[in-house]
Amino acid sequence: MNADSWSPYILTFVTFAPLVGALLLMVFPRRDRDIRIFALVFSLLTFLLSLHLPVHFHRSQAGFQYELDRAWISTPNIHYHMGIDGISLWLVVLTTFLTPLCVLISWQSVHDRVKEFFILLLILETALIGVFTALDLFLFYFFWEATLIPMALLIGIFGHERKVYAAVKFFMYTMIASVFMLAAILWLYAHTGSFDFVVIRDEIARGALPSFPAAAQWLFLGFFLAFAVKVPLFPFHTWLPDAHVEAPTAGSVLLAGVLLKMGTYGMLRFNLGLFPEQARRNAPWIMILALIGIIYGALVAMVQPNMKKLIAYSSISHLGFVVLGIFSFTQAGLNGAMFIMLAHGVSTGGLFMLTGILHERRHTYEISEFGGLASTMPVYAASYLFIVLASVGLPLLNGFVGEFLVLSGAFQDRPIYGILAATGVIWSACYLLWMYQRVFFGQVTHSANNSLHDLFAFEKWAIWPCAVAALVMGVAPILWLGAIDPAVQAALSPFSQFVGQVVGQ
Amino acid sequence: MTSLILPAGLQTIPQGVDYIRILPELILSAFGIVVMVLDPLVDEKKSQKLLGYIGFAGTVAGLLSTWYMAQSPGLAFSNMVKVDAYSVFFHFLIIGIAAVVILSSFEYMEVQRIRAGEYYALILFGAVGMALMSSAVELVLIFIALEISSISTYILTGFRRNEAASSESSLKYFLLGSFATAFFLYGVALMFGATGSTNINLISQKLQAGPVVLLVYVAMALMFVGLGFKVAAAPFHIWTPDVYEGAPAPIVGFMSTAPKAAAFAVLLRVVFTINAPGRFWILWVAAALSMTLGNVGALVQNNIKRLLAYSSIAHAGYLLMAFAVTGSENSVSGISAAMFYTAAYAAMNVGAFAVIGHFGNAGERYVSLEDYEGLGRTSPLLAATLTIFLLSLIGIPMTGGFFAKFYVFSTAVKAHLIWLTLIGVVNSAVGAYYYLRIIVVMYMRESRQKIAVSSIPFGLGTALAVSFVATLYLGILPGRVLQYAQQSAQELLPQAPGASAKIVQTPLPAAISRP
Repeated sequence: MNADSWSPYILTFVTFAPLVGALLLMVFPRRDRDIRIFALVFSLLTFLLSLHLPVHFHRSQAGFQYELDRAWISTPNIHYHMGIDGISLWLVVLTTFLTPLCVLISWQSVHDRVKEFFILLLILETALIGVFTALDLFLFYFFWEATLIPMALLIGIFGHERKVYAAVKFFMYTMIASVFMLAAILWLYAHTGSFDFVVIRDEIARGALPSFPAAAQWLFLGFFLAFAVKVPLFPFHTWLPDAHVEAPTAGSVLLAGVLLKMGTYGMLRFNLGLFPEQARRNAPWIMILALIGIIYGALVAMVQPNMKKLIAYSSISHLGFVVLGIFSFTQAGLNGAMFIMLAHGVSTGGLFMLTGILHERRHTYEISEFGGLASTMPVYAASYLFIVLASVGLPLLNGFVGEFLVLSGAFQDRPIYGILAATGVIWSACYLLWMYQRVFFGQVTHSANNSLHDLFAFEKWAIWPCAVAALVMGVAPILWLGAIDPAVQAALSPFSQFVGQVVGQ
Repeated sequence: MTSLILPAGLQTIPQGVDYIRILPELILSAFGIVVMVLDPLVDEKKSQKLLGYIGFAGTVAGLLSTWYMAQSPGLAFSNMVKVDAYSVFFHFLIIGIAAVVILSSFEYMEVQRIRAGEYYALILFGAVGMALMSSAVELVLIFIALEISSISTYILTGFRRNEAASSESSLKYFLLGSFATAFFLYGVALMFGATGSTNINLISQKLQAGPVVLLVYVAMALMFVGLGFKVAAAPFHIWTPDVYEGAPAPIVGFMSTAPKAAAFAVLLRVVFTINAPGRFWILWVAAALSMTLGNVGALVQNNIKRLLAYSSIAHAGYLLMAFAVTGSENSVSGISAAMFYTAAYAAMNVGAFAVIGHFGNAGERYVSLEDYEGLGRTSPLLAATLTIFLLSLIGIPMTGGFFAKFYVFSTAVKAHLIWLTLIGVVNSAVGAYYYLRIIVVMYMRESRQKIAVSSIPFGLGTALAVSFVATLYLGILPGRVLQYAQQSAQELLPQAPGASAKIVQTPLPAAISRP
């Protein structure tokens, strides 16, 4: 079949394939085993479909590709407008890449209400892909809110002891923040008569909205608040550790791997895309918050006795880098931010899976419960080390590239921020390696740890793709950056004047 | 002395077409009377089923006759009744609600051991009053219709005769309700005093033509008291939780949607056709208060019926936001947003109360939040259905509640009601919490007591399916309903001076005038 004839609909297929899977899952298979296989097949199918996107992507083009724009509702003027550029391309692929791994890692750990679990997981995947592909602000908000319910249910039904508290906290935090975005979207619609991202962006850029300057700061903040809670940026981060610790492994993987990126993606796409002027004006305090997030997250991570909480706080630290990169308004900073989003998705996803495996065997996340695991679970220990090193930012693994780019971007913008952020890299090495040492090296202190089973086959299939991806991303980042770079350049074009100034100084 | 003079050329004797324009009301009344007549004749044990079927047939006939009525729009009975797209919309909505409620009542009545055929007749009579409210363009007729609908609902709330709470709720509703309608009547009287007419179109013309006297403001405020009570808007909302708690669950589903829709229909006519002066702050404050008090009140409720009662106050608040807009273009979107909201709210709330009524079992024993623990496991279908309705009440995408809120908020933003919108969006986020609590107990807690949930009977199943499909339909393909609402909104607005040619074509003779 001709690839071009597919192209306008491929995004629709990718977005809704998991939903179709979820609907079929509701009626079709009954036995737990069949349900798992069914979910795996559908998530793999979605992944394969989504590979069409990078393969046929025109890398040199900056604009949106695979666009489909159909009227959905005439009044208000809502369109089914889907499309991706270099920024969203890889986030879609990241989502479809992580979901089959989530299915695998839940193979045994979810044994109660299996059907509901996989239905929710697949619905969540559709909503996540939709967030990254929607170009109509309404559609975007639609998917944005749609991620909330399955995620909250995944945490609340399949989580650990304090699951209900965590689920409700997660839901309320993000819900309250996102209604302000809704208000801002409605304002934009009221004044432009369109929800279309491209139309609104162009109208704002042309200065066609007379009432815009007065409201711009509030609109910017409306969007920013929704995204900042999702990222989460300090001081809106308190829902994250609770949600992560209580969530089931697959929930944590998607939460850290993809859901948090919805926030940074939103900042990049909407805060920078729609309000360049306000983004530049607000950048100083946002960068300071990001810096606080980097250092605070790292320091808190260091003292965590709970392995999963440690990784959760490390996410806050890493996502701080992303925000720092985005608001440095430099080519390197934005490229780096994009790359960290992907790298963090892969490596932290891997870390959560590995932690979940340990919890499966010992039903605890306490670091002090372990020690000397390297001798009893060698394959597990090796895999863990690999992912930890990727997350720390060892050169030739994926964490390094992004952090390096962000730091160089931050240096270009404000050297002192770069220096402070660079300490975050050191901290991350400290807490992760220290944690690794306490868990894996030394003597086996608890007798229960002597009989732990090493990785099962399905667990290897879940972990190793992450490790391979981490390695390939570290060695050949250009495969990813090739598509990211033009899109980032386009996103930065409103700032070119500003960037020129900085370089000129 | 005032005398009523009918101007020359006005048809004093009703013609055939006049009757067609109230055909749904006639048919519903006829079926109601048949139910009443048959009630003593049929065997008491069988009566309710049979009479229920007759009642349901009545609503189906009512829906068909509404379609027939829609073919001949126009004024009837000396300009007292107006059939336009707007009244057709509310006819369909109200009679549809009545049909679904009757369906969901079959099994409920059996379980509660209520043997009374007049139950179905009262629903039909109530629907007559509400339907008439939506097509009446004459304040006195509106008052009569309001009374017809109110008296039926007063009785219906007291139908769980063995329960003290039900009698209490009936009495409370009756006393406060008659008080409120008295306010409405007083407002009508003052409006007549100020403008010399009770015809909405004439009042509108009069107010457009000359300066507005103080009396009109007072009249508007008094009328709003009466209608605000009916829609459970703050500060006239105090009755709601008690009455909803005591009334039979399907009836709560009925009275929280149909009379509200009818009262909103009247309010829309009064506010927009009359272009009521001084309405802005009344509606602004009522909307903000209703949303806030409703949501805050619901946060601490443990009885699911009380919780949804407070939620219905909050929803009245969201709806009132659409009324606070001004300007003709905004008015169209305001009216259509309000109409869409009533439809979406009806779908989800009737459904939710149908589930609650079924789960409540004999004597409505299981209505506290704890009783819902583990429902997701013991009765997954019922829990999933209720979840969809609750998500719609929160306003989550893919459900009718989402678009309903969305249209209202976007209308408010367009009309520069930024603060009201912010109050609204924050409230809807707060509101999410208490609906979520129900979902949480259903899915995330294990049941501590054994509650047998009987299988869903056919009637209730149909009722749930209809509400379910309607909720999702409005959430995925809202276009058609909204378009229809917008069309009818155009007709509702007073003709702008530029469009005066239209008025000349259909002159509105004065029905009642002072010499």
